[in-house]
Amino acid sequence: MIRLLAAGIAALILTGSAVAAGRPVQADLEAEIVCPTCKTTLDQSNAPIAIRMKMYIRGRIAAGDSAREIKAQLVDQFGPGVLAEPPKRGFDLLAWLLPLGVLAIGVVVVGALAWTWSRQRDGRVEMEVDHLDPDLEQRVDEELARFEE
Amino acid sequence: MTGRAKTVGQAIAVAAVIGLLALLVWKLAFGNEQGAAGSLAKGENPRAPAFTLSRLDAAGGDLSFASLEGKPVVVNFWASWCIPCKDEAPALQKTYEQYKKQGLVVLGVDAQDFRQDARRFMKRFGVTYPVVYDGSGSTLGKWGVTGFPETFFVDREGRLVGERIQGGIDTERNRDRYAEGVRLALGTKP
Repeated sequence: MIRLLAAGIAALILTGSAVAAGRPVQADLEAEIVCPTCKTTLDQSNAPIAIRMKMYIRGRIAAGDSAREIKAQLVDQFGPGVLAEPPKRGFDLLAWLLPLGVLAIGVVVVGALAWTWSRQRDGRVEMEVDHLDPDLEQRVDEELARFEE
Repeated sequence: MTGRAKTVGQAIAVAAVIGLLALLVWKLAFGNEQGAAGSLAKGENPRAPAFTLSRLDAAGGDLSFASLEGKPVVVNFWASWCIPCKDEAPALQKTYEQYKKQGLVVLGVDAQDFRQDARRFMKRFGVTYPVVYDGSGSTLGKWGVTGFPETFFVDREGRLVGERIQGGIDTERNRDRYAEGVRLALGTKP
């Protein structure tokens, strides 16, 4: 039991040191790479090419390649579509910037509408004041004068 | 001012809806989801979609489909991980050897595969005809390829003829259709 516990702790320490050293994790890469035939990530696919790609990744991790190197090798073979997330550079940067741009435009539009509507409401109050009946206006003035006394 | 802003907003919304509808109509009218294979299935003889891809065979460099103009071509889409592709490989090689004197080109398009796996496959099955590499599968949509293996026949005018063969060419179901496709590509009499 103690041996088992020690082995578990050792495994945890080794895994931790591997992650700390930037060593790629198979499961992480499988979630970041898309199977070219079924278009799902490798971790959700059992297509023949997905199984072969998982084997390839395992082999490259064992050979000491970094996650970036492994991804670059797969992009070289299968094209940029093999990445689940588009790279943050060049034309692909648009995939990241466009949603932010649309969000910014949405904020501006909502802000502009809110500002317009608030001004519209102010204008309506002024209009109502402008069109007070002269008799009513006189009565209000008299009431206010009495109130001030 | 308020009324104008409202009108502009409504105009933008209407324009967006019209734009989306126009895209939908365009897609339905002109979008060819099934590529050249779809046209072939309708009884048309579309031009074979062009491509330029790197070669996996000993010749190396790039191969442009346009460079095969004037030659009958059997285009075979395959991948090393595909089992029926292994079964049909000897028959394709045999076709190439049998008809190359008549100008027939067998062209393999290895798609969605590792280059090294494809080369190993070619060595194992003694493939000597030209093979190009399409790792990303960029040609599949234009040709209308839906699985591996698939085989097309192109005549000397660069038009698709015969039937698209889905599955191995050497199966009982496909053997006669394959022979007919080769004959149509060569332009020989039955």
